Amino acid sequence: MKLELQGITKTFGPLVANDHIDLVVEPGEIHALLGENGAGKSTLMNVLYGLYDPDEGQILVDDAPVRFVGPGDAMAAGIGMVHQHFMLVPVFTVAENVVLGHEPVRGAGLIDLPEARRRVKEISDQFGFHVDPDAYIEDLPVGVQQRVEIIKALSRQAKVLILDEPTAVLTPQETDELIGIMRQLKESGTSIVFITHKLREVRAVADRITIIRRGKVVGTAEPSTSETELASLMVGRSVDLGVDRSVAVPGEATVQVRNLTVIDEAGVRQVDDVSFDVARGEILAIAGVQGNGQTELTEVMLGLQSPVAGSVQLDGVELVGRSVRDVLHAGVGFVPEDRSTDGVIADFSIAENLILDLHRYEPFARGVALRPAAVRENADKRIAEFDVRTGSIDAHASTLSGGNQQKVVLAREMSRPLRLLIASQPTRGLDVGSIEFVHTRIVQERDNGTPVIIVSTELDEVLALADRILVMYRGRVVGDVPGGTDRDVLGLMMAGVPEDEAVRQAAEHHTALGGADLEAAPPTPAPTTTAADTATPQEEL
Amino acid sequence: MSAPTIDAPASARPASPQVLPPIRWHAPIAYGVVALFGLVVFGLLGPSGETSTFGISTSRDFVQFTPFSVPSKLTATILCLGALALAGVSFYETRRREKAGVWLPITYGVLMVFAFLVWAVAGKDSALPLTGLLQGSLFLAIPLVFGALAGLLCERSGIINIAIEGQLLGGAFLAAVVATLTGSAYAGLIAAPIAGALVGLLLVLFSIKYVVNQIIVGVVLNVLVIGVTSYLFSTVLKENPDTWNNPPGLPVISIPVLSQIPIIGPVLFRQTALVYIMYVVVIVLQIMVFRSRWGLRLRSVGEHPKAADTVGIKVNRTRLRSTVLGGAVAGLGGAFFTVAAGLAFGKEMTNGKGYIALAAMILGRWSPKGALAAALLFGFANNLQLQLSIIQTPIPSQIMLMTPYIVTIFAVAGLVGRVRPPAAEGIPYTK
Repeated sequence: MKLELQGITKTFGPLVANDHIDLVVEPGEIHALLGENGAGKSTLMNVLYGLYDPDEGQILVDDAPVRFVGPGDAMAAGIGMVHQHFMLVPVFTVAENVVLGHEPVRGAGLIDLPEARRRVKEISDQFGFHVDPDAYIEDLPVGVQQRVEIIKALSRQAKVLILDEPTAVLTPQETDELIGIMRQLKESGTSIVFITHKLREVRAVADRITIIRRGKVVGTAEPSTSETELASLMVGRSVDLGVDRSVAVPGEATVQVRNLTVIDEAGVRQVDDVSFDVARGEILAIAGVQGNGQTELTEVMLGLQSPVAGSVQLDGVELVGRSVRDVLHAGVGFVPEDRSTDGVIADFSIAENLILDLHRYEPFARGVALRPAAVRENADKRIAEFDVRTGSIDAHASTLSGGNQQKVVLAREMSRPLRLLIASQPTRGLDVGSIEFVHTRIVQERDNGTPVIIVSTELDEVLALADRILVMYRGRVVGDVPGGTDRDVLGLMMAGVPEDEAVRQAAEHHTALGGADLEAAPPTPAPTTTAADTATPQEEL
Repeated sequence: MSAPTIDAPASARPASPQVLPPIRWHAPIAYGVVALFGLVVFGLLGPSGETSTFGISTSRDFVQFTPFSVPSKLTATILCLGALALAGVSFYETRRREKAGVWLPITYGVLMVFAFLVWAVAGKDSALPLTGLLQGSLFLAIPLVFGALAGLLCERSGIINIAIEGQLLGGAFLAAVVATLTGSAYAGLIAAPIAGALVGLLLVLFSIKYVVNQIIVGVVLNVLVIGVTSYLFSTVLKENPDTWNNPPGLPVISIPVLSQIPIIGPVLFRQTALVYIMYVVVIVLQIMVFRSRWGLRLRSVGEHPKAADTVGIKVNRTRLRSTVLGGAVAGLGGAFFTVAAGLAFGKEMTNGKGYIALAAMILGRWSPKGALAAALLFGFANNLQLQLSIIQTPIPSQIMLMTPYIVTIFAVAGLVGRVRPPAAEGIPYTK
């Protein structure tokens, strides 16, 4: 099936999310849609999938114009979508999710479960997914959930499959398997639209690349195009992909975490006997797939949760058992993983958000009263220092873009002298410019002699920042490795494989993306061999 | 694809001292304290030399059983010792970090209730009619069952229905008026759901179309229905009760054979049409909500509306339908207050039953059979209070009046444990 978008325009109030976008997806090709967060990729796909009504432009299927009122129409036309946030009901089984909306029924409207199971098994077997039709979604790892989404789309006879940031939640090995699945689908004649902002993946898998910036198509590229070139097309200026930083000079280990164990209400060991040190002037990155105890670990360190056992010492002072206020007072700066819900108060002004943790102290308060003049003065200073792009310090935090919200959070946390900085997912969902800024500030904080803990699920970020990497899997520390460790080794460790075993396996068997890394390692990457080519031998293994 | 992953790590991990979460002793301690209290008050300090008499059949039964008597003090002591033993089991299992089955609280509850009954009726001449106790429990549970089913129909689709109280009251009112006007109790039974559905329609319109907070709309609707029915009651119904407010009652239908089964026959199968409808509704909903296409879509809309939308299910339309249906079910339950027993409508006669129904829905974990069980428990507590105030027990009647609500609070807080309401409950769906 050939799919064509012509002149699609979609605006939300003053924001032009899509500005006359043209896109052609040929039958059986993997077409990558590359763009930064907020460039308008997801909006475009939601228009295509019938979730949004375009203001202008048309969609053509096999050269015939079509109009989609809802996702039902898009599905009927053979378009399937795997959303970034999975559209699966967690308390339903795989089979129930797959048939939802087009259920096979017996008399009286009762669902024909054997038929539903058969549909799942058929596709699952065809692609070697190994998905149990009767498993509940909430019990499945994200990688498997994603396969369920793919089964769901294919069971509706999708000829074009849209994958929206499919690798965001996967380990490198799972990503590698997904790439295999995408190739398999392509061979069976399905076209794929692959939406991403990860250059490495695009080069590994795409047949053609369309780059979107600020709602407009700014160019198309071949997969052989170098990463630097793709990045500058995506961002609109030349980008330095690495972080400029000097070698760490670790000082005294002032942060000592010992035997920390957190058990949640359901009895699951979210953090299991975790011990580590962080030294002054050192960035420790905690790597791991989302949901392996990182959130709980950081929340315990801040005092938001209490551990069952263990201790956290900062400069020789025990933090466990203290209130959050005491922990902050001890000099802990905390950047929460979800800035929009935990980092800022959306309906407070930027100035107010900048003093959330300082409002009771001089100079912002005198007695019971706030001193608005001091608050505003502080805000003016901070937004200048942290380059927060806003019309006014009185604007609500909700009016800021993700990048600027994060700068507000950083500005607040770094505005007092820190003895420890904990930043969870500091750049999730940010554009490249903001990522550079945030990374630079974090490295600066390290160079000031602050111990820094970064929690990130993005290996790129971990590798860019870390002086030392702690890999977590199911609440445990799988390994403590130096920064710059091979990404395949890290990926295996993120799946729970111990360090020495991971090194051995990674040496035998490089993933497509890891392979691309090796290839990119020499200073001048050879333009003739594409990442996809280097990856193919691995499939025969 | 050959992917070497996942399975290796477990063995490779260094053994570490197992840190375990602190044990929660609340439940066994509560069991123990209550059983000890019962042992002392009902047993050891109980009236010696008295007997307690229980009747187990009604005068109209096919098989007649003579009432039986037991020595009060001894029986209460034995029952409480049994409960104490169960508390011991609970201590033991908690210590071993095992979870006792649901049989434990149920058996414990039955033992303690009987110990209490033995103590309460000690030395009374008249027998406490056990069959009547059960029959009355079922009777009082009727509006709660309908109300709880209404609540779950709405909440499974993501709309919080606080307006059950208003729907019951509206149903009671319209049933009384229509039954009086037509002279047919069955006409009232048909009219009742219409009133409930109208309240449900208002609820869902404000919730979906105007995106008003659903809890606020629900509370306001309750007040509105109380206002409207009270106004009409004092201006129209009271002026001319024979024309407007003198409904005939539903006839009791005995199912042949089944109603002759000892003890449970008369309880379950000598009832009005409303009760038989209730059986059908519970069974049908239990099957349809969990096993049909309609139910799957209903639940998907309440759990993850966006996922439902992306597979072409109309979220708000589904919510509208199920909320109106839920309102109709609650309205039908409202008929209980008037036509079921042939009673005249009275101001605010539902008396908070809608809220108790909501509690029954939560206690029943948003499932029809659970709602039925929870409603029966509340009905039993309510009826126990009625029965005991008739035979004049040593307990002040005000305290007895509180029992159903105390049971409700303890049941919802203690027995429910961690329940998971539909994930999208109360959240409006807008694209």
